[in-house]
Amino acid sequence: MPEPRFPRRHLLGIEGLGPDEITTLLDLADIYVEVNRKGDRKGNTLLGRTIINLFFENSTRTRTSFELAGKRLGADMINMQVSASSVTKGETLIDTAMTLNAMHIDALVVRHPDSGAVQLLAQKVNGSVINAGDGSNEHPTQALLDALTIRRRKGRLDGLTVAICGDVAHSRVARSNIHLLNTMGARVRVVAPRTLLPQAIERLGVEVFHDMRLGLADADIVMMLRLQNERMNGSYIPSIREYFRFFGLDNDKLKSAKPDALIMHPGPMNRGVEIDSDLADNVERSMILQQVEMGVAVRMACLDALMAGRNSNTGAE
Amino acid sequence: MAGGRIMTERKPPGRVAYINARLLDPATGLDAPGAVLTDGEIVMDVGPGLFQGGVPALVEVVDCKGACLAPGLVDMRVQLREPGEEHKETLRTGGEAAVAGGVTSMVCLPNTDPVIDDVAAVEFVARRARLIGLAKVYPYAAATRGLAGADLAEIGMLKEAGALAFTDGVHAIGDALVMRRVLAYAATFDAMIVQHPEEPSLAKGRLMNEGEMATRLGLSGIPIAAEAIMLDRDMRLVELTGARYHAAHLSTGAGADIIRRAKARGLPVTSDTAPPYFALNELAVGDWRTFAKLSPPLRSEEDRRAIVAAIVDGTIDVIASDHAPQDQDSKRQPFAQAAFGGVGLETLLPVTLELFHNGHLTLLQAIERLTWAPARLLGLAAGRLKAGASADLVVFDPDRAWKIDPEAHFHSKSKNSPFDGRPVQGKVLRTVVDGRCVYLGDG
Repeated sequence: MPEPRFPRRHLLGIEGLGPDEITTLLDLADIYVEVNRKGDRKGNTLLGRTIINLFFENSTRTRTSFELAGKRLGADMINMQVSASSVTKGETLIDTAMTLNAMHIDALVVRHPDSGAVQLLAQKVNGSVINAGDGSNEHPTQALLDALTIRRRKGRLDGLTVAICGDVAHSRVARSNIHLLNTMGARVRVVAPRTLLPQAIERLGVEVFHDMRLGLADADIVMMLRLQNERMNGSYIPSIREYFRFFGLDNDKLKSAKPDALIMHPGPMNRGVEIDSDLADNVERSMILQQVEMGVAVRMACLDALMAGRNSNTGAE
Repeated sequence: MAGGRIMTERKPPGRVAYINARLLDPATGLDAPGAVLTDGEIVMDVGPGLFQGGVPALVEVVDCKGACLAPGLVDMRVQLREPGEEHKETLRTGGEAAVAGGVTSMVCLPNTDPVIDDVAAVEFVARRARLIGLAKVYPYAAATRGLAGADLAEIGMLKEAGALAFTDGVHAIGDALVMRRVLAYAATFDAMIVQHPEEPSLAKGRLMNEGEMATRLGLSGIPIAAEAIMLDRDMRLVELTGARYHAAHLSTGAGADIIRRAKARGLPVTSDTAPPYFALNELAVGDWRTFAKLSPPLRSEEDRRAIVAAIVDGTIDVIASDHAPQDQDSKRQPFAQAAFGGVGLETLLPVTLELFHNGHLTLLQAIERLTWAPARLLGLAAGRLKAGASADLVVFDPDRAWKIDPEAHFHSKSKNSPFDGRPVQGKVLRTVVDGRCVYLGDG
């Protein structure tokens, strides 16, 4: 076996990854972008390996993106959609992990509504675990695909000013992006009403703004976050119209950012809530579809890096 | 004596010289004989030396005959009942009561019907008051939608529309999580939250101050702890959120202590009280007298003295009328069924001047609590006697004695004053709004 390029078994979060590790994953993903753009996409890097998409929360795009990534690398992919509400947590989650482990699964791609659940599960299996989103904690492949999108367009991450706007309090995308961008030398801002910012967020190394025009001033990247429906009506913000008025991205607010600033959104978008429809569809500025494309390449890179240099799961440690 | 005249003439104001006045401008500490010149809606000049060489021609002269000339009073807590309860008060009768009391700017609570919780309601009040042309009216807007204490109101848009600050009016925001979110959300827009500091579960269905008096009258009591608990809780939430917080109508020494400590710790906290809480105590409830049924309730003599001390040491920044008009049907009831509140616009100045006459405050300090202090903390361009300011003025005799007789004198539609029959000193002689005389006192 050659020396693994990425000396980790799991990808549970961005926090703790070094700049070299992130660069390794992004470089590998760059190669897969080109592979995916060619006609024949079927590889055999992971031929004979088994990967399960284990989703305890609804997802279409992330699950599909992982499924495509695994299949294009030649692995056998199985989707398991589990309703978290029907599962009592703790013991049952571990039971599920042990059960799947006994089937000699090589990798589990796991999404779970509770922060830390994926990390708990990773302690109980012999194969690799990739975090596809745990609660409000991390969504590492989203941050990587965002970074790849930025790097391919801007040529670098170092020194860029990135404004992350919206529901930071409940966003795993925001946390993973903050860790990644800080690690890679970008300047990170968060812009939101105080009700949508967690306490002590500045301790994660971000500048905090409550005014879009100030927060977007001279930004290279404007990253919008999705606002969940249940938070729109009085509890965290008074109304959709007030939220859009002060925190929705429109042409007027975008004028504060650099003229070539890029707009990003992890999807799915609420048009007219956090982002103006025209801007979302602006091919010059909006990176939203590129992000989706980069997602498959990044997930191929992650599966490759975690699994290709490693023996398949024989049940032995 | 009669109640004075409301001036409704709308001819544009020219140049007016107010001479032989004792000028009071709390912001600069000016307290000296002198004169003021207004031109149109604006103060042109203020000074002890003004018109030493005589008043130029084509200027109307008002001889103040040694009376005080101060910025018009700024009353930061009134209920005007329009829209929705026009049988108790309207923007017009409230405006008349205001100028009769020397008040040129007032801030009204959002507890109307409909509630002032959307942009249209804010604009309705501002437009109506402008058309009436008496005292200027600035609305508070609701902090929670419909004053229901649950969902955030549109604080950002309401502030842009002109809401000065946000409050659930006569109700406390009882739920701690809701209050935390209200404060955090308001802080986003640097908006101030005004709280009625009373723990609702300790006050619900209860009638007067808890203690011996309530026990003797057989009335259920609201403990001092109701105010203290809410203020203690709110100080924690202010610390958590960094929001600007204003405690309305403090009534207890315990409450004042909490605000005093919070200020000493540097929290962005201010407070007001109303004349009943420094001039009356629970004995005014007497034989179930419903005009003395107020919210918060009149407290013990010890608390009254503590409120005076808190005004003197600056813990309490502002004195507001807490004007709460109630019609006869709401007050001529058994004590338990009578409505809370008392009218206050027309007694604000003389009762506050008791603090001056009793030696607690200087005249300038008393006027500061009624003008510059509320204007400053609300961010209102008012409460100053200086060139360039709006010509909103009050001329008053601080010593003139009279007896409060609501039925005979009050312009307010409602007569429910807890000060009914009280002999006071201090009489409004003239009230000027935007350079125009809107009220002339008798004599």
